[in-house]
Amino acid sequence: MLTRRRLLIAGVSAGTLAALAPVLARADNVKPSLPLKIGFVYVSPIGEAGWTYQHDLGRRAIEAAFGDKVQVRYAENVPEGNDSERVIRDFAADGAGLVFTTTFGYMNPTIRIARQFPRVVFEHATGYKQDKNVGVYAGRYYEGRYLAGIVAGRMSKSGNIGYVAAFPIPEVVMGINAFTRGLRSVNRDAQVRVVWINAWFDPAKERDAADALLAQGADLVTHHTDSTAVVQAAEARGRYAIGYHSDMSRFAPHAHLTAVTHHWESFYTRTTAAVLEGRWVSENVWGGIKDGMVALAPLSAAVPADVAAQVGEQQQAIIDGTLQPFQGPLFDQAGRQVIGAGSTLTDEELLKMNYFVEGVVGRLPK
Amino acid sequence: MSADVDLWAVPLAVFAGAIRAGSPFLFVSLGECLTERGGRINLGLEGALVMGAMSAYGGAVLSGSPWLGLLAAIVAGGLLGLLHGLICSLPRVNDIAVGIGLMLLGIGLAFFLGKPFIQPRAPGLPAFELGAWSSNPLVREALRINVLFPLGLAACALMHLALTRTRWGLALRCVGDSQDTARALGLPILRLRLSATALGGALAGIGGASLSLFYPGSWNEGLSSGQGLMAVALVVFARWQPWRCLYAALLFGGAGALGPALQAAGVTGAYHLFNAAPYVLTLALMAFASERTGAPGELRLSR
Repeated sequence: MLTRRRLLIAGVSAGTLAALAPVLARADNVKPSLPLKIGFVYVSPIGEAGWTYQHDLGRRAIEAAFGDKVQVRYAENVPEGNDSERVIRDFAADGAGLVFTTTFGYMNPTIRIARQFPRVVFEHATGYKQDKNVGVYAGRYYEGRYLAGIVAGRMSKSGNIGYVAAFPIPEVVMGINAFTRGLRSVNRDAQVRVVWINAWFDPAKERDAADALLAQGADLVTHHTDSTAVVQAAEARGRYAIGYHSDMSRFAPHAHLTAVTHHWESFYTRTTAAVLEGRWVSENVWGGIKDGMVALAPLSAAVPADVAAQVGEQQQAIIDGTLQPFQGPLFDQAGRQVIGAGSTLTDEELLKMNYFVEGVVGRLPK
Repeated sequence: MSADVDLWAVPLAVFAGAIRAGSPFLFVSLGECLTERGGRINLGLEGALVMGAMSAYGGAVLSGSPWLGLLAAIVAGGLLGLLHGLICSLPRVNDIAVGIGLMLLGIGLAFFLGKPFIQPRAPGLPAFELGAWSSNPLVREALRINVLFPLGLAACALMHLALTRTRWGLALRCVGDSQDTARALGLPILRLRLSATALGGALAGIGGASLSLFYPGSWNEGLSSGQGLMAVALVVFARWQPWRCLYAALLFGGAGALGPALQAAGVTGAYHLFNAAPYVLTLALMAFASERTGAPGELRLSR
């Protein structure tokens, strides 16, 4: 499972490949015959919340926007590896003009099949390998994490925050760090405790981890895992929670303050329109709040108006580019300065992040 | 590390985890124990567990009562167990292969039928608040015993009595040890095995209900993390004795709670090792307890 979607580490090449994009972008720009067949490959069941659920919202947006000009199919719960190659090939061989492969582990199968089907456009989520008919896309989830950290810092009384996390890889570490920086920007003494569960989706383990953190006095928990178990654990104890991937408020109506959510609707409809009009080019998209790919779910009624206003201001600052979650001075856990005032971490540095920032308790497993 | 960390939380969490996470293991391993005592291995109990979890949740959502949900889980698990028994009664059928087939069937069926139940909230099973006397929330939490656990203890005792003190139990053990002997004695082999596998499936169904209706208390496709398969190993470890199934389940559940509890208490080094504790422990204990006794004679890989 470690190879699952978000081993973004290698997305290091984001920058370099983006520079190459105009060169790589040489798809055969012809308008496809209608209806355009579109395929989605999902790594987990769609369910009612989570990573795949958010992608499926994007799929439904395509159907709503283009009606009978498109014919959309999906395959859910497709394991990474050989199975996924078979499913992706099925879509391509069936005459699909556009295929979205929505997890990191589909990267190599996508690239291999794209070479065999040069007229089919592929879009691969969270990978780093591009080709002339393969685009890649991901979200700057850390921007949302920073804002969620502000909410946490204002709402927590104890300043003891619990964080249930899947695997110690850069994308997850980046999220913990951004959250902690947001948290400490409003509460200098607050601390984040992390429990690793070594699984993206395991409701029982997630619940165990959340309960352990709550038992240690955390009055707010958040998570980088797929199920709704963490927010439900907080609900059961009358504490606060911040969800991830999806708005999870209906699973924890009192505990749920907000959630860092993913939004693929506009990207998916834009891409579909480009393919329909024969003007699609291979790109590397790493979009954040400004691009509408990452957002905070509506704040719950428990969040006072002044906190909401502060979050709104900071969100605007991120959109305007005046605030970067990782702008200096930035200190790591041991108090060493990573970068000074006036500079900010580059995308490459973000995608390699392998240290905790000040405010996170416990060592990062290497 | 800040001073507010409470190391007492760790043993309390292990204790609570033993009962909470141990409950599904207890039921499935009792189910497997009973099945194997009749001379069959039913790997399909994982399917019965997932199907039970779905049926319990769906039943509770539709009827509004967790008890009717529990009943649905017992029926669903029992039917899958019965199916295993029936198919295996045909000549030259391998029970392990059938079990794997039933596991996939149960999981697939549960996913298919369970789609509409992912979002609605089902009423959960109640718990006994044995820690109400304490002002410490940690103690109260640890002594919050789910209602299925005493049921599991009762099932344990009943199965022990049934196997050692009743005609039915003696006959079942005979069937499990030597089918030829049983045939010579004129025992109703098919009926005994069918009842054992069906009961075993029903027990696994209760295990599923404890997952979906108590802890973690929701239904979705990834709910089980292989508890049904681990139970097969636990039965070997328990030397096919119901009471030892209880110890094995408690040990396994408690070890599972160790990793998160230590991490939350600030012991973050070597977390991989702590998270692997249940497996390491099981392996170690199995290595120690590997006498060649206790296994029903009919349990052979080739038939």
